[in-house]
Amino acid sequence: MASFLLNRLGQSIILLLIVSIIGFTVLNLIPGGPLAQYALTPGMTQEDMDRLARQMGLDRPLMVQYFDWLWRMLQGDWGTSYRDGQPVVDVIARHLWATLLLMGTSMVISVGIGTWIGIRGATHRYSAFDYVATAGAMVALSIPTFWFGLVGIYVFALRLEWLPAGNMYTIGDGSFADYAIHLIMPSFVLALVNIAVWSRYMRSATLDVINQDFVNTARAKGLTERRVLMKHVVGNALLPMITLAGMQLPNLLSGALVTETVFTWPGMGRLFLDSLSYSDYPVVMGLLMLSAVLTLLGNLIADIVVALVDPRIRLA
Amino acid sequence: MTAIDLSDRPNRWWRSRAVQRFMRHRLALLGMVMIVALTLACFLGPYLLPYDSLYIDLRARFAPPLTGQHYLGTDPLGRDIAARLLEAGQISLQVGFYAMILSTLIGTLIGVIAGYRGGLVSAVLMRIVDAFLAFPSIFLMLALAALLKPSPVMITVIIAITSWMEVARIVDAEVRSLREREFVLAGRMLGLSSTHIMFREVLPNVLGPIIVAATLTVARAILLEAYISFLGYGIQPPLPSWGNMLNGAQQYLDKAPWLAIIPGLTITIAVTSFNFIGDGLRDALDVRNDQN
Repeated sequence: MASFLLNRLGQSIILLLIVSIIGFTVLNLIPGGPLAQYALTPGMTQEDMDRLARQMGLDRPLMVQYFDWLWRMLQGDWGTSYRDGQPVVDVIARHLWATLLLMGTSMVISVGIGTWIGIRGATHRYSAFDYVATAGAMVALSIPTFWFGLVGIYVFALRLEWLPAGNMYTIGDGSFADYAIHLIMPSFVLALVNIAVWSRYMRSATLDVINQDFVNTARAKGLTERRVLMKHVVGNALLPMITLAGMQLPNLLSGALVTETVFTWPGMGRLFLDSLSYSDYPVVMGLLMLSAVLTLLGNLIADIVVALVDPRIRLA
Repeated sequence: MTAIDLSDRPNRWWRSRAVQRFMRHRLALLGMVMIVALTLACFLGPYLLPYDSLYIDLRARFAPPLTGQHYLGTDPLGRDIAARLLEAGQISLQVGFYAMILSTLIGTLIGVIAGYRGGLVSAVLMRIVDAFLAFPSIFLMLALAALLKPSPVMITVIIAITSWMEVARIVDAEVRSLREREFVLAGRMLGLSSTHIMFREVLPNVLGPIIVAATLTVARAILLEAYISFLGYGIQPPLPSWGNMLNGAQQYLDKAPWLAIIPGLTITIAVTSFNFIGDGLRDALDVRNDQN
């Protein structure tokens, strides 16, 4: 286990380095770049621009800039936001939990519903339910998340007036119920795609398990079909799904960005868009790195959990 | 195995098992019909409509669908939505198509090289693939789109840059499994160059999975274009695209819901169709299917 962890950690660090190089190059090498926002300021001369570049350390070779950035990053200094001069870490931390709340809720919803659909599809293979679920999943995968959100807002907020159209809480309220009711629509919208993916994989995972000998043994012992399913099939079918959950993380983050925009949810996605439009590159870079760290961490945790739960897998 | 005389059945592609299996896949056929219809409508339709997509008529703002000859209504500037929708379709479909070509080329190239060479080359290339996969694709795409000039060509390139990894992984895995096969050894013994073996001998055997992945990439690319254009970093108005037609739709959602509903529905139909076709091709070409 220890050697596995070290190995994976090493791999993750190498990956993060590549990720950071890609991100850094994209943001600094391409025309535009951090200085572009000043170029349009009235009365800006070339000397002023050069002075600014020097102040910001942008006149140094890219390699030097990169290693400087990397060194500070390792010391926990993610730079300061161009927009309000606050440390990037603080800015991101303020938005992080809103995104995690949204993603977590949505994950619970999609795992719950997706698992149910997947198992039912497998046990009732080629039934009407199975066909509808299959085609439905394909359609769900094709619906633009933001558009699903818009339709949701139109139906449930504007016409039926059951749910709020956006934001995380009502100003001046902020009770648990208030948060909960604001959370319903965005988390379901974000969950749609994942329900589709999850149910497809769950179906095939269940089918893989359902015909194995130990399931027949369980039946032969005279267990009820329900018990066989719950105790012997589902648990085993869920194992590969843990890995899937880890792999779905970047998609979930992407979806969260769009969902947050539609529902004016004050999370990382909105922060990313706002920072982009203000050319606030330290924050953009911080968010790119953080999302990569979250992704790698998610995959690592998924692998560890699988190994802990499944005695057949030995991490070496 | 006994040899069966097939000489009286000429080997025509439309009689092949693959085509027959595809034709039995009803959803895939439906998708095919939808895409053909959509493409024809987008490229021929604008000539049949009474209004130009850029014609602004401020007296006819926010006309609901089916007012006069505005079959799908008008937008906040009084432009005809039907005309804009079809013209946007030309752009969105082309972005999807060319992004697919580009990303399939990149992915295939990297996948073949990584899979065939193995060793250090493979390790380096596949780590780069992993690194790209570690970014949520929209984050990377938006960062690129914000910095580069968002023309349709640039958006196509950006989408391709962020969606070639899937193909690379598939091709890498397939080529890796073919690398030790006899026909490759035979090629080496004949003294063929590795480039020849990689692209002329091995690659044709991987075409099935590549075609399936490419079809699904079109679907993905259309969706991605819609996402970045919706967020304002994609195709820029007055050039219409399915995504940017939705860009301003949210603020008029109460007053003019059709502004949001019509383009979104069109995107969904197009993307669903490509996904159906991809699924049909997967069955037809007998590509191993994890999702069963």
